[in-house]
Parts: sequence; C-alpha cells; structure tokens
Amino acid sequence: MIINHPLLGPRDANEFIHLGDESMIDRPDGMGEHAAKNFHEYLYLRDNPAGKYRELWYHEAGDRSWLVVTRDTVTHEIFNVELARDVARSRGRSK
Amino acid sequence: MRYSAFGILKQGLTGNKGWKPVWREPEPKKSYDYIIVGGGGHGLATAHYLAKVYGGKNIAVLEKGWIGSGNIGRNTTIVRSNYGLEGNQPFYEMSLKLWEGLEQDLNYNAMMSQRGILNLAHSDGQRDAYAKRGNAMLMSGADAELLDRAAIQKMCPFLNFDNERFPIKAGLLQRRAGTARHDAVAWGYARSADLHGVDIIQNCEVTGFQMKNGKCLGVQTSKGMIKAKKTAVCVAGASSRVMEKAGMRLPIESHVLQAFVSEGLKPTIPGVITYGAGHFYVSQSDKGGLVFGGDLDGYNSYAQRGNLPVVEDVCSGGMSIMPMIGRARLLRMWGGVMDMSMDGSPFIDKTGIEGLYFNGGWCYGGFKATPASGYCYAHLLATDTSHENASQMRLDRFIRGNMIDEKGVGAQPNLH
Ligand SMILES: Cc1cc2nc3c(=O)[nH]c(=O)nc-3n(C[C@H](O)[C@H](O)[C@H](O)COP(=O)(O)OP(=O)(O)OC[C@H]3O[C@@H](n4cnc5c(N)ncnc54)[C@H](O)[C@@H]3O)c2cc1C
Repeated sequence: MIINHPLLGPRDANEFIHLGDESMIDRPDGMGEHAAKNFHEYLYLRDNPAGKYRELWYHEAGDRSWLVVTRDTVTHEIFNVELARDVARSRGRSK
Repeated sequence: MRYSAFGILKQGLTGNKGWKPVWREPEPKKSYDYIIVGGGGHGLATAHYLAKVYGGKNIAVLEKGWIGSGNIGRNTTIVRSNYGLEGNQPFYEMSLKLWEGLEQDLNYNAMMSQRGILNLAHSDGQRDAYAKRGNAMLMSGADAELLDRAAIQKMCPFLNFDNERFPIKAGLLQRRAGTARHDAVAWGYARSADLHGVDIIQNCEVTGFQMKNGKCLGVQTSKGMIKAKKTAVCVAGASSRVMEKAGMRLPIESHVLQAFVSEGLKPTIPGVITYGAGHFYVSQSDKGGLVFGGDLDGYNSYAQRGNLPVVEDVCSGGMSIMPMIGRARLLRMWGGVMDMSMDGSPFIDKTGIEGLYFNGGWCYGGFKATPASGYCYAHLLATDTSHENASQMRLDRFIRGNMIDEKGVGAQPNLH
C-alpha cells in the first residue's frame, strides 16, 4: 500500500505504524460524568467496518506525524490522507 | 456409516463404489431449538458436543458459504497448550486432551500428530519467562520441558545457533503439541453432528436477527426467516459484521494473517518450531511442504489476502533462524481474516440480549481451541452457565478490569 502523505507525498505503508480507529483522537474527559463507561467504549469497543474506515497511522520511519487515513478494509484502496492535527483542529481542538 | 479398516478394505476390493456423502444437505426447517451461525470449526464442534454430550435436539448450523471455507481451512494447524495465564491455560489443556481423543470420538481421521512444539529463547530474560510459563503449564496438568542449548542442538542441528544478536539460549518444549489436518477437523465434526441429527445448511447467510422486546427470536437468512429458542453466533473474522446487526459493538478488530507453504521436501523439521526473536513459526506437513507464518499485516482488513512487506518480514525471520530454508521455493500463500480481540483472548459468553450468544475473538490461535471452544459453548447453550474452563472468557471483562492479556501489550489488537 502507498500512503499519500499530505506533506511528503506518496510513501510506502511500510514506513508507518497502524494504531487503529480514528475515534481515538477524541479522548473522553476522565473527570466527566460516566467517565468509566466512556473510557471503556473509547479503549475497547470498535465499529470494525468492512468497507470505508478512518484510521490513525504514525509515520515512524519518516517525519513522525500522525495521519488520518480513509481506507477500504475490503480492497485496501486509500481514498484520503489528512494530518491528524488538522482533523483535531477542525473539531475545535487547539493542538 | 462407521469407518473402519475392514470397511476400507472392502471398498477397495469393490471399486470404492459404496461410499456415501458424509453429511445430508437438508432444507432449513421453520424453527429450531438451537441455531449456530457459522459452519467453521467452532460452530461445527459446538453442534457436535451440544448433540452428543449435552443431549441437545433440533439443532441447525447455518453457513454462509461452504463448510471449511473460513479460517478452519486456512490456518497453519498448530495445536498446543502452552499458555501462561489462568484464564487461558486450563481451557487450552482441556482442548489438547480433547484433541488426543478426537479421532475416536468422531470416528474420523483428523491426522492429529503430536510431533511437539519448540519455542526458542534468545536471551536470559526470555528463557526465564519460558521457565515460568512452563511451570504454569505443568500446574494445569500439561507437559512442558525446558531444554538447554545442547539438547536443542541435538534435536534441530539445522537452526542458526551462532547468530551474534539472537543466539539460541534455551527452548520450551511441549511434546504433546503438534498439528492436525484442518479440513478434516471440520469434516469430522460435520459428519458427527449430522449423524446426531444436526441440520448443516450451507449457502445460508445470516443477514439479521429477529428481535422482540429485547429478545432474539431467530435469524433472517438468505433462505428466509428461521426461528430459534437460542441463537449462537460463531463467525470468527465476521464477528463485528454479524453482531452489528444485533446492535452490538465488540472489543474486536478484524486483521489479515498470511500463511505460506513451500514445495515438498524430504522430512527435515521434527515438529513445530517458533523463533523467539522475530515472529516466525514453521512445521512440515505430511506431504513435505514447509508450512510457516509470522506477524499479522497490522491494519484492519477483511480482504483474505495480505501485502508484500509482511511476506518479506516472515521470510527474513525464517532465514535468520533457519538459513537452510533459503533454498526452498514458495509454492503458495494466502490470508485469513482474524477476529483480533483487545487483549488477545477469546469470548464465549451470553450477550445482553436474551436468546443470543457469542463466541469469537480467537485471534490467530483458534484452531487449537476448536474442541474446547465447541465443548464450552455447548455447555453455555445447554445450561446457561459458563463452563469452568471458560469462565473468564467474558465480554464484560474489560470494564471489570479482568483482561486476559498473555503478551501484556494492552488494548492494541495488531500487537497480540
Ligand atoms: C493464516 C492463518 C493461520 C492460523 N494458524 C493457526 C494455528 O497455527 N493454530 C491455531 O490454533 N490457530 C490458527 N489460526 C486461527 C484459526 O484458524 C481460527 O482462530 C479459527 O479457525 C476460527 O474459528 P472457526 O474455525 O470457527 O472460524 P471459521 O472457519 O472462519 O468459521 C466462521 C464461519 O462463519 C461463516 N460466516 C461468516 N459470516 C456469516 C453469516 N453472516 N452467516 C453465516 N455464516 C457466516 C464463515 O463463512 C465461516 O465459515 C490461523 C488462522 C489463519 C488465517
């Protein structure tokens, strides 16, 4: 698989580490209400779809950026690659 | 028809014209007491033990494709009970004991061969960890031996003992471990279940559940609606896709694992060997092919095929520990979809929905579990209580903080 890095261009997926579901960007509030339940869902439960999937990859052997990759889990086709930072910011986060 | 040496002789002398199909191909009835979704090893084993041991009647197994088309027909067939944790080891030892009597129980040749498994250790720390694991195995009634370098040298002179970085320091040997013929396990269980009256219905995909007031009353299938008092899902790599239809999210990700077979060679590898410094395991099939594998590809996949970087990784692991395999040519390779759980251990449990049960999360270790998984799932279905050896394999163990994490890597399915 080739991951089209937004800053570095097309790179071999071998340079990256796969972390998992993109939802891990949205860490629940540990002090908030239902924190235990929310953390259980955040850490352990997954949609695990067959088809389009948004997931976190880490460019370990490159610029060490975190990326959100939209990929098909059935065909391995990659549709879109964004910097995780940009995705988080677009959700109103400061960094 | 019972198989026997006399029967084979008789058929041989009469042109092999008397063999009959091994199981019926019935149309589904309108309703059953038990529906098992998924005709893989675990589903068929569940049907067998439910009918034979627990006296269950009116049972159907619904299989989307054909029996054996899933992971039961795709795995590298290693059978062992060398786990370290309490939640696992007694279960796997129960399974190994069932394997030892399986062919008599099923009257079917599953080619179970106890040729042993040797896990190599390459550092003092790893040797000590294996010593600890061996003790846990002994405490569960399993066999385990810690071998020193000289003993391994005698047993497997072809290994790379002088690798500067990863010298072989010791090995954990389980002599009762081994391999079995994967398809034959599915066929043997299917035949036995069928003889006990179980309807095995192939080409019947479950597309949804019939729910009423939080109760599961049956399943929608490509062959119409079928009612069931109890519905038992057992679909391995498809677990999330099927349980989603019941509104459940699981602590599971689906990942692809590849396997490889070389051309046929003369007998060279005594049993199963695993490399402790890279991820590589190998055995030799009865036909002579080296059967080997290694890591997951590492990203979620339902593709039943992997990519080349892992091929390179597995083969270089093999070259590092067993340089002689560099001369062998690869004959074929394939992938299977693994139900990787968040702690690397499985589930055999009720769900929050009455009448709906779940078995899955087998990762890449579910072949060896087939007999015990079927037995314990049948126990759960028949008695509505967990079998003592599967009592920790619960869906709610994460929220209770009771993970069964053999490797200790946390909620990271691609590392288990
Ligand atoms: C390459 C590879 C190597 C492996 N090596 C080993 C090993 O050496 N040792 C070991 O112990 N384990 C190994 N495993 C793991 C083992 O194969 C699995 O854990 C085990 O087979 C899973 O249980 P099963 O046999 O019931 O799964 P499967 O055979 O996959 O059965 C699930 C069945 O459910 C069916 N199904 C899915 N969706 C539906 C639906 N909607 N309706 C009806 N039916 C449905 C599928 O068609 C399938 O037949 C390996 C796996 C792979 C892929």
